[in-house]
Amino acid sequence: MDKPMQGADLAIDTEKLNLWYGTFQALYDIDLQIKQGMITSMIGPSGCGKTTFLRSVNRINERLGYVRTTGSIRVLGYDIYQPEVEIAQVRKQIGMVFQRPNPLPLSIRENVIFGYRLAQGNQKVGRKERDNIVEKALREVLLWDTVKDRLDSRAIGLSLEEQQKLCIARLLPVKPTVLLMDEPCSALDPKGTEAVEELIWELRGEYTILIVTHNMAQARRASEECIFMLLGKVIEHGPTDDIFVTPEHRETADYIEGRYG
Amino acid sequence: MFEASDLNNRNRKVERLWGLLFLMMTILLILPVLAILGVLIHEGGPILSMDFLFTEPKDGMTAGGIFPALVGTVWLVTVALLASVPVGVAAALYLSEYAPDNWLTRVINLAIINLAGVPSIVHALFGVGAFVLFFKFGTSILAASLTLAVMTLPVVIVATRESLQAVPQAFREACWNMGATRWQTIRHVVLPNSVSGILTGVILEVSRTAGETAPIMFTGAAFFLPFLPQSVFDQTMAMSLHLFVISTQVPGVPEALPYGVALVLICMVLAMNAISIAFRTYLRGKKKW
Repeated sequence: MDKPMQGADLAIDTEKLNLWYGTFQALYDIDLQIKQGMITSMIGPSGCGKTTFLRSVNRINERLGYVRTTGSIRVLGYDIYQPEVEIAQVRKQIGMVFQRPNPLPLSIRENVIFGYRLAQGNQKVGRKERDNIVEKALREVLLWDTVKDRLDSRAIGLSLEEQQKLCIARLLPVKPTVLLMDEPCSALDPKGTEAVEELIWELRGEYTILIVTHNMAQARRASEECIFMLLGKVIEHGPTDDIFVTPEHRETADYIEGRYG
Repeated sequence: MFEASDLNNRNRKVERLWGLLFLMMTILLILPVLAILGVLIHEGGPILSMDFLFTEPKDGMTAGGIFPALVGTVWLVTVALLASVPVGVAAALYLSEYAPDNWLTRVINLAIINLAGVPSIVHALFGVGAFVLFFKFGTSILAASLTLAVMTLPVVIVATRESLQAVPQAFREACWNMGATRWQTIRHVVLPNSVSGILTGVILEVSRTAGETAPIMFTGAAFFLPFLPQSVFDQTMAMSLHLFVISTQVPGVPEALPYGVALVLICMVLAMNAISIAFRTYLRGKKKW
């Protein structure tokens, strides 16, 4: 891999990122610098490209054969669209949490250790090592005390809130630097939302978190920087407080105040 | 104020009429099945015995049992399964998990569906050309089973693909996002959750080949062979062909004999289906979502 270029203190740094689904252009010249160790939220009406952007950062978009991308995305200073980049390594650094919690049809323990096992290749993971990793990850997502007595039961049996926390926990053992979250609370009830938001706030600093949300209040409470997108373009990017209190653009103000969306 | 209006009454009448119509169609569907089974049991039942199952045909096939044909059919179906399942499952895995969605994949899918519609006699001729003559397997169990396998491949692929696609996409995405390769995803998540469906579908489809006659007639099944096959390179008798032979080719066969053979054949297929369904129920119980 090439040497890190300028701006290695940026977790994600895109330059003139354009993306097409077939002939439909979903992203226009996205230039975004997302700082390390921060929670950045992305807001904007449905179909404005938030999720598309998120999905190009861990290169899961390209599974769809008709996606075409130009420009560059640097993660921790490395351009992840270079030919020598190994997708598995990218995905290790960049974990993703989905809208609907999607634990694997395995036990709670196996869910947490799954990614770690993959990363270890053929080496066997000892029982002690495994238990340590599972406990550490589950503690980090504030789930340990609720599930420690039923690690062998099915992950699907957990409540949605617990499932979503588990989905975050299973990313941690491989030590990612960036966590992408695509509306992680939209399937949860208010209490679950609060709990997961609290958790996301706890993870701040250790991980760079990029969170897509439709919930203005959530963006406002739970992020330090905020990006407003509209029709595939970035309209505004700044500290969350500034965006919400003194937005520079009319569109941002209109959206935040609920005049469309 | 809640009494039925004229419109309600009319709706209810029409509703009942349609229900009756659909019920009648269903009964029409079941009737032939019941009739076939009934006649077979009535005509062929009395002839069934241990001797009938486990001895060879005698007196120019007008008496005796069906043991060589029974064993032969088991051979044919087993070898056909062994050949078509790995190939079919692998092809379905490719089509469902690896293939990009482009025109080539679509053409392949279309070809598979069309292949399922090829008449069995055409498969038989292909089998003669390819396996008997070109690969020089001669008329043998191997050639006949491979012909059956080729014939069942499309349905094996379709059944497998359906089971694979029943595994929620979210599981795959979760795996990929943890850096799993496609194969790791298949190995740890997709296959464990679809194996029950795959096996059932495959056994159901392939067990139907027990009744096929045309594809084995020129490729490996014999008119009459008083001994059992020793390897896949031997010829063999088979239930379906035996039934055809004693029904049409041999004079002086007692009436009950063909019915008995048909009954045994049907029971074999039903037994295989029952096993595969029991298997599915067992595996479903272990499923984790």
